[in-house]
Amino acid sequence: MSLESAEALSFKKQYIVFFAVMLLVMMIYLARLWYLQVLCGQFYRYQSENNRIRVEDVVAPRGIIYDRNGVPIVENRPAYDLMIIREDVKDLNGTIEELARLCECNPSDLFAVLEANKSTPKFIPLRLVSDIDRDCLARVESELIRLPGVEIVIEPKREYNWDGTAAHLIGYLSQITEGELKSGKYPGYYPGEDIGKVGVEYGFEKYLHGVRGHRQVEVDAVGRRTRLLEEQPPVAGHDVWLTIDMDVQRTAESLLEGKAGAIVALDPNNGEVLAFASSPTYNQEKFIKGLSEHDWHEMAKDPGHPMLNRVCGAAYPPGSTYKPLVALGALQSGAINPSTTFLCPGYLSFAGRQYHCWRKGGHGTISVERALMQSCDVFFYHTGLLMGVDRLAEYVKMFGLGAKTGIGLPGENPGLIPTSAWKRRATGHPWEKGETISISIGQGYDLVTPLQMAVAYGAIANSGKLWRPFVVKRIEGMAKGEVQAAGPLLKLEIPVDPRWFALVQKALSEVVSDPRGTAHSLYDPAMPLAGKTGTAQVVGLGRGKAGVNNKDDAWFVAYAPASDPKICVAAIVEHGGHGGSAAGPLVKQVMAAYLKSRHEPAQK
Amino acid sequence: MMDRRLIENFDWSIIWVLSAIMCIGLLSIYSAVYTQIQARPTSNLFVKQIVWLAIGLTLMCASLFINYQRLKAVSPWLYGMIVFLLAAVLALGRDVHGSKRWLEIAGFQFQPSEFVKIIIIIQLAGYFSSQEVANFPRIRKLIFPVMLTIVPVLLVLAEPDLGSAIALAAVAGSMILFVGVRWRYLAIVVLTIIPLAMPMWQRVLKPYQKQRVLILLSPDRDPLGAGYHIRQSKIAIGSGMLWGKGFLKGTQNKLHFLPEKQTDFIFSVWAEEWGFVGCAVLILLFGLLIFLVLRIAARSRDRFGSLIAVGVGGLIMWQALINIGMVLGLLPVVGIPLPFVSYGGSSVIALCLAVGLAENVSMRRYVFQSH
Repeated sequence: MSLESAEALSFKKQYIVFFAVMLLVMMIYLARLWYLQVLCGQFYRYQSENNRIRVEDVVAPRGIIYDRNGVPIVENRPAYDLMIIREDVKDLNGTIEELARLCECNPSDLFAVLEANKSTPKFIPLRLVSDIDRDCLARVESELIRLPGVEIVIEPKREYNWDGTAAHLIGYLSQITEGELKSGKYPGYYPGEDIGKVGVEYGFEKYLHGVRGHRQVEVDAVGRRTRLLEEQPPVAGHDVWLTIDMDVQRTAESLLEGKAGAIVALDPNNGEVLAFASSPTYNQEKFIKGLSEHDWHEMAKDPGHPMLNRVCGAAYPPGSTYKPLVALGALQSGAINPSTTFLCPGYLSFAGRQYHCWRKGGHGTISVERALMQSCDVFFYHTGLLMGVDRLAEYVKMFGLGAKTGIGLPGENPGLIPTSAWKRRATGHPWEKGETISISIGQGYDLVTPLQMAVAYGAIANSGKLWRPFVVKRIEGMAKGEVQAAGPLLKLEIPVDPRWFALVQKALSEVVSDPRGTAHSLYDPAMPLAGKTGTAQVVGLGRGKAGVNNKDDAWFVAYAPASDPKICVAAIVEHGGHGGSAAGPLVKQVMAAYLKSRHEPAQK
Repeated sequence: MMDRRLIENFDWSIIWVLSAIMCIGLLSIYSAVYTQIQARPTSNLFVKQIVWLAIGLTLMCASLFINYQRLKAVSPWLYGMIVFLLAAVLALGRDVHGSKRWLEIAGFQFQPSEFVKIIIIIQLAGYFSSQEVANFPRIRKLIFPVMLTIVPVLLVLAEPDLGSAIALAAVAGSMILFVGVRWRYLAIVVLTIIPLAMPMWQRVLKPYQKQRVLILLSPDRDPLGAGYHIRQSKIAIGSGMLWGKGFLKGTQNKLHFLPEKQTDFIFSVWAEEWGFVGCAVLILLFGLLIFLVLRIAARSRDRFGSLIAVGVGGLIMWQALINIGMVLGLLPVVGIPLPFVSYGGSSVIALCLAVGLAENVSMRRYVFQSH
């Protein structure tokens, strides 16, 4: 090895530099430690012993939910929670007994909270009782000085101005679960926070929730706050303006009282949902204090299924309300024309079976316009057979059936519009022609939600514009169009000739205005409405159990005024019987409420 | 069996120093997770850390049987594998608090970002000890090692794990500097980066983008502002005074002022209970450990071995210096564990393997004379 190359491969200097750097930094660190621990040690020791610092969360108030006219539906109120910091409590058992006495509750409930949080560090405040009432608050407040480690925190909680109103639309709040925290869908959320579980509270959670604040406080030896060091106030959630009209909503709900069913009203010109009523409903207040297991079971067992969202979460056979869509598809596809007639003797014989018309005596020779007006089943049996299942489905789906409407609420039911391919996939059997007969009058496999029917009739009312329904008109601080789920969206211009729309619109008017129409009882020259009745058999849906009301589901879907539609309403009354008499009057009254309130907006 | 000469050259002093540091770590973790230990005496982070240390030491011993010289040949494969794993973390990793650092293989979760540090040491040592690379190499010989470093650094940064990325860059950078970089090149690098980076930061990025970059790089920033952790850490350290409050007597560490007191802020737990004296002992132990590792480097007759030991020394030194500097409030808060003290399986195992490499070099320091 030459001297030069040995030099080139030696690291002597580097070791010295390396080690010198390390020693230098070590010296700086030791000097820093000397400064902190010896020179300032007394100061920090005092800080750590006499003043302890705690970080408290400050819950942000959620955004307020208003109706379209600015009437607050859901607001916030202060709720008082009783907290305990075990570390600061001298006599834990005695304190708990005392608190139970003051709050008039069972001490074992309070001990249960301690037991459940045994592994939580002792300095972390535990929520003993949430949302205590005013009397309890007053009693605890006056004794607070004697009870170190006990404190009362104020948190905003939801206040429902009409408890249970639009509950399925608005939804309720409940504590975030461990699974939801882990899911990654709620970044920045803490255990114990409330989140929206269904409805608008869920769908618009990220706007409504707000940002929690923090408070850094100094506490003394018994845990009392001595100084506020730093505060980052919470940011309230964005207020949300719904599209619904409280007057119309309340009318719809009162009409459904004591019945199971749904009423949904839309503006057919843009898809705004004006009313969203599902009955029976539930009380959102119940969820605030935390639903007990007992309450939950009670609700789950309730035969009326109050938690079920019947507007868009449940699907029903559409019955005769399906016929206008079949008629439009048949006319557009050329399967029939306005002068095509069929003979209705009261039944149709097909493949050795008789398919009945609802009117035993039959309708005689009948064309499409009168078949709609009088809801002739046999006419549509023929029409359906001429079209075939797949062509029928193709047209009907253009009106949004068989798919989610995109309203932006969780748990939407897509319904079902069968095709031959679907049946082979789902059951393994080929499609049978007899089944086409059932589906052409909205029976058999056909399933729709009331919301879908309202959207489809809205499209009939405005001659082919299919609007996506939506429930949020505006979100505070958000520009128009910034929130995709809010605001109108034209989904499709349905490619059906305006002549056929005009014909079907005329027929739907005659359903009410013509003395032979199936809903003539609703006729009122002051408010001309156009619509279609429906009576859907529930046999085979698993609902027709012994001892229960076995009547058919009653439908009525309509829009008004017939010449210049401003509102489109779909109503279903489960086991209501005939659509014209059971559902029709409800629709009419909802329309009347809306057309009236357009002139004089609602007051709380 | 092992050659007797191999055992003779085993550096026992390193093991004593290492054991002392590990004991300090265990005492601190015991104190930090004391409430957890009381609630679950058999299943807590203290017990888990003992398991990690045992696994780490076992793997360290096992690794001694393999001659480190053989690593030269396999290191490109190791490098390829770890880059693949780092990419896999980004694609499949478990998301914790907005960053993906963990990979699960056969039920075991580990952080590839801890292991990449050793592999980059071996890879760079191999490159710089190859025939044609002398000290103070020409610039084209530096392009390859710089590229070797940048790829994993960017992957780790993308997780995002700023702490590990800095440690990785610091280790690789100090190895490159150790081999020697001509002043000219250093000047060129500094003079090109500064004028490029400043306008990038100030003009091209909008304020909210800067904020996003900052949040991205350090997702666990306290909502009360970055000063909060440091302030609490300082109270904990300072209140320890000269002799400390005594084992399990710390009050700061009982409050939940630091979410990760058993990992990145473990030093402040130690400082509160053992005071300046305890801190000085710990810092001197680290100094001694690094000195012993460097002594192995200096004694080795093999350039590859020397460079490995230098890398291992650098790794321990940078991690310790950055961690303690951050806890003392002298450096910004980035997530870097204190070697052998902080809780964490991947970190403990990777660092044990690193010390094993240094011992490996020590044991075989004369073996090459005979060749």
